Amino acid sequence: MGFSYGDAETQGGVSPCPHKLERKGIVSAIRFEHVTKQFPGASAPAVLDCTLTVEDGSFVVILGPSGCGKTTLLKMVNRLYEPTAGAIYIDDSEIRQLSATTLRRQIGYVIQQVGLFPHMTVAQNIAVVPRLLGWPRERIERRVDELLELVELPPAEYRSRYPSQLSGGQQQRVGLARALAGDPKVLLMDEPFGAIDAITRASLQDELLRLQRRLKKTILFVTHDVDEALRLADRIVVMREGRIVQYDRPIAVLTQPADAFVHELVGADDMVRQLSLVRVETAMAPLPAGFRRNGEPSIAPDADLRHALSLLLRTGAPALAVVDSQQPIGVLTLDHIRATAKNEIEG
Amino acid sequence: MGETLLRAYEYATDHQEEFLRALGEHLLLVGLALGIATLICVPLGIVTSRSRAVAATVINIFNSLRVVPSLAILFLAIPYFGLSLTSAWIALTILALPPILINTDTAFRTINPAIKEVAYGMGMTGQQRLWRVEAPLALPVIIAGIRTATVEVIASATLAAFIGSGGLGIYVTRGFALYDNAILLVGAVPVALLALLAEMVMSRLQRAVQPPA
Amino acid sequence: MSYIIQNPGIVWGLLLEHIIITGSSLLIAIAIAFPFGVLVADKPRLATPVLGFLGILYTIPSIALMILLLPIVGLGRQAIIVTLVVYAQVILVRNIIAGLRAVDPVILEAAHGMGMNSWQRLWQIQLPQALPVILAGVRIAAIVDIAIATIGAKFGAGGLGELLFQGIAQAGRYDKIWAGALSVAALALIVNWSLLALERAFDTTRRIRRSERRQLAIKKG
Repeated sequence: MGFSYGDAETQGGVSPCPHKLERKGIVSAIRFEHVTKQFPGASAPAVLDCTLTVEDGSFVVILGPSGCGKTTLLKMVNRLYEPTAGAIYIDDSEIRQLSATTLRRQIGYVIQQVGLFPHMTVAQNIAVVPRLLGWPRERIERRVDELLELVELPPAEYRSRYPSQLSGGQQQRVGLARALAGDPKVLLMDEPFGAIDAITRASLQDELLRLQRRLKKTILFVTHDVDEALRLADRIVVMREGRIVQYDRPIAVLTQPADAFVHELVGADDMVRQLSLVRVETAMAPLPAGFRRNGEPSIAPDADLRHALSLLLRTGAPALAVVDSQQPIGVLTLDHIRATAKNEIEG
Repeated sequence: MGETLLRAYEYATDHQEEFLRALGEHLLLVGLALGIATLICVPLGIVTSRSRAVAATVINIFNSLRVVPSLAILFLAIPYFGLSLTSAWIALTILALPPILINTDTAFRTINPAIKEVAYGMGMTGQQRLWRVEAPLALPVIIAGIRTATVEVIASATLAAFIGSGGLGIYVTRGFALYDNAILLVGAVPVALLALLAEMVMSRLQRAVQPPA
Repeated sequence: MSYIIQNPGIVWGLLLEHIIITGSSLLIAIAIAFPFGVLVADKPRLATPVLGFLGILYTIPSIALMILLLPIVGLGRQAIIVTLVVYAQVILVRNIIAGLRAVDPVILEAAHGMGMNSWQRLWQIQLPQALPVILAGVRIAAIVDIAIATIGAKFGAGGLGELLFQGIAQAGRYDKIWAGALSVAALALIVNWSLLALERAFDTTRRIRRSERRQLAIKKG
């Protein structure tokens, strides 16, 4: 869930300083330098003087209310819009050095309406970019099957279906597979789950996180849904009226909002929301000596504290047993949770 | 009615060579008019579907053209090209233009803009997008337009006999001249059958290129 | 052009004939199509074969149908009116059915719930909503009939087609051809535009937009 405090230091209920998690030896995958976009006839620029560095392999969510310029910013990366000022670099080369079509074939693009080509089968849809890149037929076929497996749509069943025969969630999975087909380093996603029902959306978000753990793409994801942003992002870019207001990890955006606007947007006062970003294993205490299970409900170490709180309140139990592979490895009480929350506010 | 039909059949078999030639001429007229109209209107329709200003005027002109009775257009060719085959197929081509143009324009205009955006976003060039995405999606509506035009032209080609072209209409003119119902039928029945056949074939074609819904 | 100026009486007479033929056929066709369409609209099992049969009739070129009807109706004005009614039927029935069907079933259900019987639902909800589509059908039928009536001159019905046929029969009377073609084209275009205006006047979505624009103009003005 969210991002992990996965180091060994995190046990014992103390949350580490976020800065310790900076990656070393960064190749900046995407870099915006003073990017501005003014549409002709518009009273104000859609994007104003945005400077941003997106690290290789990170999942960055661009969050903001409608009209804040987040989609415009995204679309400048694959040059669907051209900046009025400033420059954008991918892996340190300016994107205008390549032709737009060559650039786009190296970037995966997923949109809200999915946009699957209705006259092509699922397999043909996925094969579009590989065909544009001139891959040999066999390689394309293998890739299609591979990707369908990846998005959990069995190839034998789904290859020859048409988009109209798929549900909204299935269509977006195919959309995702299609975007990944050319094995791009960068993935651009414009509110991809916006048109999907809440239940399917949650499973698609899980899916995306699972894929990202495996594939480590650099993802730029636009949304106006704060919960979605908090759940998926390694880092969040908060935008307002064309400007970047904050660029930080989710927990930092929640606990240290840059201004009143961000505070309001993410509901920084909502402690319970903040708990959803912290894992149980961060807050739990080690097993007391001679511990014996006494009917405490169990919870996984990678579940979030919000879940844990809910469980404690629902069952009325004094503590939860943190269980990993059938072995209890720690305990969690309301006090532990309270202590962690206090640390977050002060930290 | 029955015996007139029989007489008509006999007449046709008696003049088999002439009949087949007339049929051939008719088909040639229709094919030529449709072919030229398609060649003009499909590219034109693509162009108008992408603009707004030009499109409005062009579409209006063609809409008005559609309203004018086909006989009027057919006969208007006479002062310019006389009573000839040329008059006939120029007029027929003009008659075939509106449905094909309007349908092509609509077909390209109503393609889901999200699909067009994604096609660009994935790295297709304009040409690739046109051929791989837009054209297949526009095809059913374009064929519907050609279908309308076909039936229209088959009918008008019959009338074209009045202005001196060949085709199955010669039996209509002859039937009138000789006050003979049977001869009229030799013109009418094949034309009716031809129209129905064309409609069936083109409907099937249209359905075949329609992506499953 | 010159012919019209020199012989206004003749042209006017033919024009009137043309209008009478087309007009009366349309009225008859509407009188038949209307109850028929309303009846068939909500019975899909009837509607499909009916529309199918009418579709076949429509595909047959008008001149072929006129010839096929000759043994039954003979020559002259009556014969043409029959053909005109048949072709108008196809279009009218098709549009009436389509128009009635296009009314949102949710609205009809609400009306049903409020206590309207099917007669009231028809008159107060379905027909007003279907009106633009039905009027479109009337317009198209009128245009088609004007065209067929032109051909009908050959079958002895009179009308502006006479000028066209005389123009070729009397060698080189191009002025007659022009007169005939222009007048029938003008008739068709005028009828089309007037009925189109009528159609738009009844289109509720346009009416709303128009009144919005007017209110905005009043506020600004």
